[in-house]
Amino acid sequence: MSLENDPLIIAGQSFNSRLLIGTGKYKDLEETRLAIEASGAEIVTVAVRRTNIGQNADEPNLLDVISPEKYTILPNTAGCFNAEDAVRTCKLARELMDGHDLVKLEVLGDQKTLYPNVVETIKAADVLVRDGFKVMVYTSDDPIVAKELEDLGCVSIMPLGSMIGSGLGILNPHNINVIMEDCKVPVLVDAGVGTASEAAVAMEMGCEAVLMNSAIAGAQNPILMASAMKKAIEAGREAYLAGRMPRKKYASASSPMEGTIVGK
Amino acid sequence: MQVQVNGEMLQVQDGITLTGLVEQLELGEKRIAIELNLEIIPRSQHEETILKESDRVEIVHAIGGG
Repeated sequence: MSLENDPLIIAGQSFNSRLLIGTGKYKDLEETRLAIEASGAEIVTVAVRRTNIGQNADEPNLLDVISPEKYTILPNTAGCFNAEDAVRTCKLARELMDGHDLVKLEVLGDQKTLYPNVVETIKAADVLVRDGFKVMVYTSDDPIVAKELEDLGCVSIMPLGSMIGSGLGILNPHNINVIMEDCKVPVLVDAGVGTASEAAVAMEMGCEAVLMNSAIAGAQNPILMASAMKKAIEAGREAYLAGRMPRKKYASASSPMEGTIVGK
Repeated sequence: MQVQVNGEMLQVQDGITLTGLVEQLELGEKRIAIELNLEIIPRSQHEETILKESDRVEIVHAIGGG
């Protein structure tokens, strides 16, 4: 098996890249564009916000730089703290994207942790799925909540590795493993990855993909980090498919012991 | 008359349509979506949708986010 015939499938659509990236926190749109290109990502998240009234009329539009013809745009509900606002945001996003109905649902608990409010997340997911949305859902690393969201019809479950923007890596890999064991839809790690090795760890564990923003945008050189992440995701996926060697308690020599000049 | 656009009160002509409002705000060619009193108004209906006093309009676009 190689990566050529190993697509990521989300809601029936195939993707070659298993790295999904956000477009926030970049210096400017040009840096955003270059980082996305270097990352090889095909799915790119955006936020939905009020337009400026009476100012910056000539401001370039993100969707002119990241064309929906070239990328699968994944609008998020970041900044929403209840189900109602998240549903409204998704409906606006669907209109914005001319009926494209793949969304990233995130309903947050508070500003300090940006931890998901799972009660409101479940409410919103239910409404959105019934309304025909394909919901990729950001959630806690709680296996019961993950299963609930899958049962509601979400197309992808995206537990956090650690808090959004924290770069602390995957703090509870055991929970992510339990979620993956029980979920049939793709499980992605969303949030928490800080550097390439942590992305590789997620993929080696068997996650279908990783979604990140701060790890790239917050690097000293975001474009170089985007390239590093692309390789880490690919390396991690290959290692997962290859199947790692068993861990052993003691050494096991790689060179044969016969025929050495040691001894008589 | 006055309508509320993105949380701010705005003076507009009586009988203005959503298309007219978008033009007044110079948002013409941009990729935007509009909600009027919590209901999405599809692009195809902007021209025929006439605003009333105190209507609440939200106009959104995509920006960078994760």
